[in-house]
Amino acid sequence: MNSSQRLRPGRILAWVFLAVFLLVTIFPFYWMIRTAITPAADLYHDSGSLLPDQPTLINFARVLGLTSEAEARAAGGSGAHLDFSRYLLNSVIYCGLIAGVQTLLCSMAGYAFARLRFPGRDLTFTLLVSALMVPPIFTLLPNFILVKELGWINTMAGMVAPTILMTPFAVFFLRQFFLSLPREVEEAAILDGAGPWGLFWRVALPMSRGPLITIGLTTTVWAWKDFLWPLLVGRGEEHRLVTVALGVFLQQSPNTQPDWTGLMAASTLSVLPVLLLLVLLGRRLVQSLSFTGGK
Amino acid sequence: MGQLRQRDDRRVGWLFVAPVLVGFAVFYAYPAARGVWYSLTDYTMLGTPSFVGAGNYTDLLADRQFWSSMLVTAYYVVLNIASQTVLAIVVAGLMHRLTRSVVLRATLLLPWLVPNVTIGLLWMWLLDTNLGFVNHLLHAVGLGTVGFFTDANWAMPAIAGINTWAYTGYTALLLYAGMLQIPQHLYESAAIDGAGELRIFARITLPLLRPVLALVLVVSLIGSFQIFDTVAVTTKGGPVSATRVIYFFIYQQAFSYFHMGYAAAAAVFLALVLGVFTFAQLRLLRASNSDLA
Repeated sequence: MNSSQRLRPGRILAWVFLAVFLLVTIFPFYWMIRTAITPAADLYHDSGSLLPDQPTLINFARVLGLTSEAEARAAGGSGAHLDFSRYLLNSVIYCGLIAGVQTLLCSMAGYAFARLRFPGRDLTFTLLVSALMVPPIFTLLPNFILVKELGWINTMAGMVAPTILMTPFAVFFLRQFFLSLPREVEEAAILDGAGPWGLFWRVALPMSRGPLITIGLTTTVWAWKDFLWPLLVGRGEEHRLVTVALGVFLQQSPNTQPDWTGLMAASTLSVLPVLLLLVLLGRRLVQSLSFTGGK
Repeated sequence: MGQLRQRDDRRVGWLFVAPVLVGFAVFYAYPAARGVWYSLTDYTMLGTPSFVGAGNYTDLLADRQFWSSMLVTAYYVVLNIASQTVLAIVVAGLMHRLTRSVVLRATLLLPWLVPNVTIGLLWMWLLDTNLGFVNHLLHAVGLGTVGFFTDANWAMPAIAGINTWAYTGYTALLLYAGMLQIPQHLYESAAIDGAGELRIFARITLPLLRPVLALVLVVSLIGSFQIFDTVAVTTKGGPVSATRVIYFFIYQQAFSYFHMGYAAAAAVFLALVLGVFTFAQLRLLRASNSDLA
């Protein structure tokens, strides 16, 4: 069998398949942006062409709360107050808090579980990791009641509380990594008189930039996508996240005739930050996938 | 490392893990214990829970809505996991033999980065009965309009399709990473032997990928069982109860009807089912490992 002859049509077919798959992946995003820049009034007679006749930014302006109510209404809004600049900021704060604090605390714990010696260490670790088996909804209901009892409904504290200190996965992942670090460097530092804190802070952490960024990025992405918990705990306008705001926006929109241009403008805004992340850190993200997934 | 360290670590060690332990105790262990307790009580979030023993569980087992939710969830999981896994294997396999492009991989990852709420909204618009792009397409090829979210037969396949769209790229990248670990020389010697691509895939790639594949399958299966966001945005469990998945059932019991105890019992049940799945799958994974080598 002559492989180069048999390969050719196969290869072309393979590329065609990949290209179609890519197109199907990207097209919905294109359509989202296309709708976001269409004047609401044009949507009915002009919803099939690839570009709108008269592109506009009014939909972005009105969901960002930059227009008066009358202007927003004229551009197809339902008259409900929208302020996506605030929701975006809330989401950024929410993600930053969780990713930053959780990564730091879990790396400390991961280091201790990997390197320090104290009685009960391994039992404690096993206990922590067993929480990986518990589906989130199981702790969601009691956590909601707890946050309610604490009077933390509609506060940032209540929203970040369950995840800011730890997730079992982050502890597990970082411990695995610290176990794989060569001991020689640390031993040299010990001879220089470094204590556990110095070892962690000045030796181990600087050597772990890759995994720290990986876990920080993954945590950021998941926090950005969070919906159910912030919906329960942070529905109020003041701390409302982008995801929750999108849900509320849809509910406020009339059922018979949703405000599609406004909804797609708001959707586009919810994608932009992660898109930026992908452009800036795409290589890192892609590489980290094999890291966390393939183990 | 001498005894000096061993003496010091005792205090420092607990200090290092203290914040994480607090988080674990307050937001994992305590609520888990509380969840089990609630499941044995009647509790509306007002007043105090009153103990009812196994009452919630016997009610649950006799509740047709609950079983219909489990069935609907299973239907979703089968549709979603089957289509997603098959597609992801094909995409990963093709990429593995064709390209190492980072740009391509990053593009495949894009839908995974986007909130499920956004994805739900986006596809609600694309699949809209009157103005949606997909119905425009169906018209263009001479087919009739489909009410994807209003037709009880279409709603669940539509939601499963949406999430397959959202997670196939991510799954493909995980499998692709697994394929990169397969020794390259196996492919070289296969090429020398004149083996075709399909044969190489069936005899080398697939068998050696099995451990990674099993792991990815477990993770996505468990994730798939917990579908909520997409349903909450698009159909809210409807039409009638065609898409009332188990998470949505629990959510409604807890936060629409305030049957906290009943919802907690359903959550315990779900945790047990998922636990069995994880266990069975991990056993499977270990068993299949031995005959590889």
